[in-house]
Amino acid sequence: MAFSIYDLTSFNQWVDKGLNSVMSPLWATITEMAIIGVVFLLFYAVVGLFLVYAERKICGFIQCRVGPNRVGPYGIFQTIADFIKLLMKELVPINKADKFLFNLAPFIIIIASMMALAAIPFAKGIHAIDFNIGIFYILAVSSMGVIGILLAGWSSNNKYSLIGAMRSGAQIVSYELSVGLSILTACIMFGSLQLSTIVESQADCWLIFRGHLPAFIAFLIYMIAATAETNRGPFDLAEAESELTAGFHTEYSGIKFAFFFLAEYMNMFLVASIAATIFWGGWMPLHIGHWTGFNMVMDFIPPAVWYLGKTAVIIWLMMWFKWTFPRLRIDQLLTLEWKYLLPINLLNILVMALVVLMGWHF
Amino acid sequence: MTEEILTTPLEQQEYTINMGPQHPSTHGVLRYVVSLKGEIVHKVEPHLGYIHRGIEKMCEKLTYPQIIHLTDRLDYLTAHINNHAVCLAVEGALQVEVPERVVYIRTIMDELNRIASHQLWWCAYGMDLGGLTCFFYGLRDREKILDIFEESCGSRLLHSYYTPGGLMKDINPNFQKRTKEFIKYFRKKLPEYDQLLTGNVIFQERTKGVGPLTKEEAISYGVTGPNGRASGFSCDVRKHHPYAAYDKVDFKEAFYTEGDTFHRYKARIDEMWESMKIIEQLVDNIPEGDYSAKMKAVIKLPEGEYFQRVEAAKGDFGIFIISDGNKTPYRVKFRSPNFCNLSCIDLLSKNFKIADLVAISGSLDLVIPDIDR
Repeated sequence: MAFSIYDLTSFNQWVDKGLNSVMSPLWATITEMAIIGVVFLLFYAVVGLFLVYAERKICGFIQCRVGPNRVGPYGIFQTIADFIKLLMKELVPINKADKFLFNLAPFIIIIASMMALAAIPFAKGIHAIDFNIGIFYILAVSSMGVIGILLAGWSSNNKYSLIGAMRSGAQIVSYELSVGLSILTACIMFGSLQLSTIVESQADCWLIFRGHLPAFIAFLIYMIAATAETNRGPFDLAEAESELTAGFHTEYSGIKFAFFFLAEYMNMFLVASIAATIFWGGWMPLHIGHWTGFNMVMDFIPPAVWYLGKTAVIIWLMMWFKWTFPRLRIDQLLTLEWKYLLPINLLNILVMALVVLMGWHF
Repeated sequence: MTEEILTTPLEQQEYTINMGPQHPSTHGVLRYVVSLKGEIVHKVEPHLGYIHRGIEKMCEKLTYPQIIHLTDRLDYLTAHINNHAVCLAVEGALQVEVPERVVYIRTIMDELNRIASHQLWWCAYGMDLGGLTCFFYGLRDREKILDIFEESCGSRLLHSYYTPGGLMKDINPNFQKRTKEFIKYFRKKLPEYDQLLTGNVIFQERTKGVGPLTKEEAISYGVTGPNGRASGFSCDVRKHHPYAAYDKVDFKEAFYTEGDTFHRYKARIDEMWESMKIIEQLVDNIPEGDYSAKMKAVIKLPEGEYFQRVEAAKGDFGIFIISDGNKTPYRVKFRSPNFCNLSCIDLLSKNFKIADLVAISGSLDLVIPDIDR
């Protein structure tokens, strides 16, 4: 890195040393964990609120309207107002529902999305845990969310919810394969599962440019599969409000519904960050070969801005096709995965392996 | 019963769900009781009557000009066309010669109303299939038509603009200008509908081959309008029994033979183009003259039975009046297209998925107050 001022590693070490000199190592670790936890909770809430607002504005512009514009300037406080409303709403108890599972489901969903956030590198040094199996961890944790959806559908004692949950189960189990395989394609290139290494190795050139066609195909497949994983349109069969009223969260109200709502946006943020990290180089600035001047200018932009910018572009892409495409049917959804995406993906891995073996990349 | 549930394999068990009366895609208070096996629809049973207001019975206590206000509330999206049927029936019974100006204006208004109705259907259909943006595109353009209506009729939805013998009042001086502006505008905007929805691969996959209706079935179920014409049943009242100014204009009947959901969709899009053509031919040639024929203060139909058909946006709309010579009819019966169109829902959606049921019932373009009356 040309500008070491953006490197927060030394700052982290300084904080660590400071804490360790004041208290015992155990308490220092606990304090650090608490600090990181609070920071992440805040980040989670802010990103959730911002994404809800962004989606409303973007879908407003796509649909020839202006979106929220009453509460605060440009309606920026609209989501806050809505969340206060949701917090104060009555939690309707459901007759003959499985109370324990019914209450547990929103937490599982929200915990799954929060845990995955821990392994994302936001910038150099801003990285909660740098696993050597980071990608594996993210995939494992983020697929836990489907348990929450299944439980929500099952425990609601509502047939619509159950249909939605079963659809979602079939959908996520299928598309998990594509997500895994397309990321695997990228990992062949990097030769590592550690997210910090993956980002560092894209310092000269992002994967999407480096890996030629196979990387691009992997990116496309990842985008499709990741959208399906987050249950967003055109793959929002689990909710499918025109068929199943609201799918798995039909019976939820108030803050429990808000949890589902927030988790949906956080999942979107997560898959967008993973796409940005793996395919677009995470917080790495855009570097072009030997254009030293250009590279210097790019280095001047802080890595966190790069990371958030890339994530925002991918989120915008996902919102764009949510608001323009109609919804698929369940059999078409499964056909798309098992008959098209999966074979293409497997072939793509082979091609990628060949590219790496022969050294046909930049 | 319990034993049966325990012994039959899960995939052979049938369960029922209630779609409606409060459901986002039944477009009103229609209730389907759907028997499902997994996601496959086995039987659909429509339950009606949630918005039954006894309009036919109410008509027996009302004079003919008053009945017009009730017909607005049948298929509220095509209020002009419903009014037209009553007016034609009364005028036919009384042998009244309606001024040419009125005939032209009525035809233009009917066609504008048809476009508005199809636009709203298009919005709602896109939404049924999950494309929420369609809703706003359709409503954006429908607004322009409603503005034209508001200017001339004073209301946007339930116009009651026609009276037996003519119109409530003359058209606004701006009417022709604004109608032409709208046609020019909408000719540009209608291809946008195709770009957004018709050409979409997901949309075509969702609709092609779904819910096929043959010509024989269409005839035996009395399915008319764009639904019937998509199945190859030539049933356009405007062509076969021309009324108003339809014999003076050149237009094609939107006609397909496939009869599936996609072609019901195509038929409506084609109808919008044809309606624009009709309006273009008439709007410049509205003759001068009175906006109403001389009518008696109290309209009494001679004793007898009168029937009048018009082509509403949803299909063949008929009104049957039995008069005993009083100022109120003895009995009124409406032949509502939606009721017959609904009747084939079980036939169409059998063995399709529950998502297809939504697509099929949306493609029939049902308006529930017209079914229940």
